[in-house]
Amino acid sequence: MPPGQSTAAVDPTPVVAFQNVSIAFDGPPVLQDVTFTVGPAETRILLGPAGVGKSVLLKLTNGLLQPDHGSIRLFGEEISHMSEEALFPLRVRTGIVFQEGALFDSLTVRDNIAYQLIQQNVPDDEIDTRVHEALHFVELDQTFSLFPGSLSGGMKRRVAIARALIRHPELVLYDSPTGGLDPITSTTIIELVMKQRDFYRTPSILVTHRLQDAFTLCTHRFDSELGHMVPLPQGHSDPNTTFLMLEEGRLIFDGSLHDIVHTDNKFVREFLL
Amino acid sequence: MAIDTIEKTAKQIVLTVQDYSLFAYRAVMNLFHPPRYWVDFLIQCDIIGVGSTAIVLLSGFFTGGVLALQSASTLSAFGASNLTGRFVGLTMIRELGPVLTGVMVSGRNASSMASELGSMIVTEQIDAMRALGVDPMRKLVTPRIFASVSMLLFLTILADFFGILGGAFVTVFMNHQDGLQYFSTAWEALRYPDIVQGLVKPLFSGFIIASVGCFYGLRTTGGTEGVGRSTIQAVVSASVLIIVADFLLTQILLSLLSRL
Repeated sequence: MPPGQSTAAVDPTPVVAFQNVSIAFDGPPVLQDVTFTVGPAETRILLGPAGVGKSVLLKLTNGLLQPDHGSIRLFGEEISHMSEEALFPLRVRTGIVFQEGALFDSLTVRDNIAYQLIQQNVPDDEIDTRVHEALHFVELDQTFSLFPGSLSGGMKRRVAIARALIRHPELVLYDSPTGGLDPITSTTIIELVMKQRDFYRTPSILVTHRLQDAFTLCTHRFDSELGHMVPLPQGHSDPNTTFLMLEEGRLIFDGSLHDIVHTDNKFVREFLL
Repeated sequence: MAIDTIEKTAKQIVLTVQDYSLFAYRAVMNLFHPPRYWVDFLIQCDIIGVGSTAIVLLSGFFTGGVLALQSASTLSAFGASNLTGRFVGLTMIRELGPVLTGVMVSGRNASSMASELGSMIVTEQIDAMRALGVDPMRKLVTPRIFASVSMLLFLTILADFFGILGGAFVTVFMNHQDGLQYFSTAWEALRYPDIVQGLVKPLFSGFIIASVGCFYGLRTTGGTEGVGRSTIQAVVSASVLIIVADFLLTQILLSLLSRL
């Protein structure tokens, strides 16, 4: 393997571990025999065309769906048949950004971001401070008391990111955070994902079908002094950012940026073109 | 082919009844274990109770008025038009007050619950809530059910009162009869079993409205079109169930209360 190229991090206690996971909904299987792991500080980019089961995989990861077969371990605990009540403590350790943001329409940006804190009866002053910090992180300080209805699509995604990150989760799941957004806004969102990756070193799974976002994440790093992302030297990529690829519910690729651009798999090559 | 369709439909119905029973059981059991969302309960009391007051008052008043108009002409044929108050009072308190309130509130609130929760499903807000560690059954369903049960009781009392007032208005100003006689015959005819019967029914109607509305809302599939479908199913099922439950409860209560 050429120098500077990455390999998937191997850790004896992965944050997430899928083992032969399958699921179907009144029809052919959506996912079949999916096996992969997410190690500490690792960012896994899940690629695949629309309708291939990427979002389903993400929802399986924090128990929003349960598999028909196989085993899923989250933070070392088997969750594939765990009760809803038992899952809540694990879910609060996980942040998830949904495809369209999934903000609560009837709540302000402040109450959306602080949703978990409000449920835990955290004092209002502390909530306000932490919401301001989270909004500062996504550069939306001015939206504190606005309702989601008055925000643009990109702003909603950034608020959703702030909501997912406010409690400093141990795992972040991004479900197509740039889907349907213009290239400039997409870059802003990817920069935030990168900031989270490089600043807090939180492991994550990012679902996307936009290759440019995936490659940007691999070939750039966030410079906290400059306050924006900068490219890595030519031929280098982030060693902890690796790829997974789904085709018709099966995991057909698991490897680094170098592996994916040099793969012989016909489907992956066509997807990259 | 036809047998297959009948079998499939029958299985679907049985499955829906089973799902609804488990759903209702979970919603009730949630009240006995924390966390309990009292603020959400009070908000729903405001939406269901205060929000439905106007339609319940108006429908109660005019139903009482219609009863007085219809009964006066029939009773006068037997020389008993002085019993209009008794007829209106008993009919409103035992039957029409609870049923009418249930159906009116069902049209307003079962639909709003189904469409609100359905929209939350299709926009992934329910998944977001679960992902944030909050149980939607506890946060959304249980407060709605208990708010609906509590408020239906008070709304039915209001409907009964305004129904009797509507009857009085027609009796005094349109049929030109004595108002005092109207109220005294209504009062004299009333027994505790009548009041018990009239106040037990709304408890069931309230439960049906919120549980059916939330049940169909949370089962929504198929995007915004699915939300519309869930709303229709919720209103139709809740209204029919209220009338069926009223029939069964009347049978049971009449047999129980007649022994007292």
